[in-house]
Amino acid sequence: MTWLTIIIAGIITYFTRMTMVALVDRDLLGESVKAVLAYVPSAVFPAIIFPGIFINDYGTFIEMNDPKIFGAIVAILVGYFSRNVIATILSGLFSYWIIIFLL
Amino acid sequence: MLTKTQLFSKGFLAVAPHMFSVIPFGIICGAIGIELGFDPVLVYAMSIIIFGGASQIVFLQLLSGGASALIAITSVGVINSRHLLYGAVLSEYLEKLSFIKKLLISYIVVDQGFAESNKFFMKNKTEQYLHYHLIGSGVTLWIFWQLSTLAGIVLGSFVPEELGLKFAIPLTFIAIVVQDFKKLDHVIVMITCGLSSLLFFDAPFKSYIIISPIIALFVAALVLRLKK
Repeated sequence: MTWLTIIIAGIITYFTRMTMVALVDRDLLGESVKAVLAYVPSAVFPAIIFPGIFINDYGTFIEMNDPKIFGAIVAILVGYFSRNVIATILSGLFSYWIIIFLL
Repeated sequence: MLTKTQLFSKGFLAVAPHMFSVIPFGIICGAIGIELGFDPVLVYAMSIIIFGGASQIVFLQLLSGGASALIAITSVGVINSRHLLYGAVLSEYLEKLSFIKKLLISYIVVDQGFAESNKFFMKNKTEQYLHYHLIGSGVTLWIFWQLSTLAGIVLGSFVPEELGLKFAIPLTFIAIVVQDFKKLDHVIVMITCGLSSLLFFDAPFKSYIIISPIIALFVAALVLRLKK
């Protein structure tokens, strides 16, 4: 039973990936829709970023002095100026660790 | 013109830094499945059949919490519906591929691969074998996802939980969007999405993950209209 559930979930997931690439003719999308699509990364990823910072494992909001907020600010600054993905991730993690382990 | 191999390696190199978040997340995902008492083979098979980190964890948590199969499936579908947006963006660059190739390449479209390959596509529209960049990024993510979930299944959560490595996930996506902080229109769209995701966080089936992008894209359409 669980196997069947996984397979159905997998097929649905595959369709979310494949539908727009293989089944929908791009000409069906109007010019204004295509222009809006340029914003997809900016419109999607904050929905992963914000809850990842501001909501804890129990589904409640964190305090405003939570180390994750500090880590995120450091990562944004380092990322913006270094343009380097590794530096962004590691600076955020290390500044978060410094607060939770050393302070 | 870049060769297929060059494009593939560029795709690999573009997502390689994201392994700092993909690997710990994969380990956590595999370990959670075992902790919740699922058959290891089943937990691993999800990495191949579903191949979507967050949705795999939610799926197992729902089932172990006694939710019905229908609820678990619906949640996976809702969480992964964001791929429809990625596909709509990528279709511009994959248009010329044969139907079979489109079917195959779709399987490896995931968040970080989409993000990095799309950045490359925007700057290199004229390359003939553009899709090899997406294959390079997607295959890399696929292999590391398989290996890291497998490691989590076999070794358990050997990464200490105190390290809070889940925090690497938002950081990876900050690294992806941070260069667009220069552009006011993008910042407006990002803040709209982020605030909406907090506002709708408790909406059923984790639907905040698709509700907030839709709201943000409406705002993007408004911004575009105002710019004209």
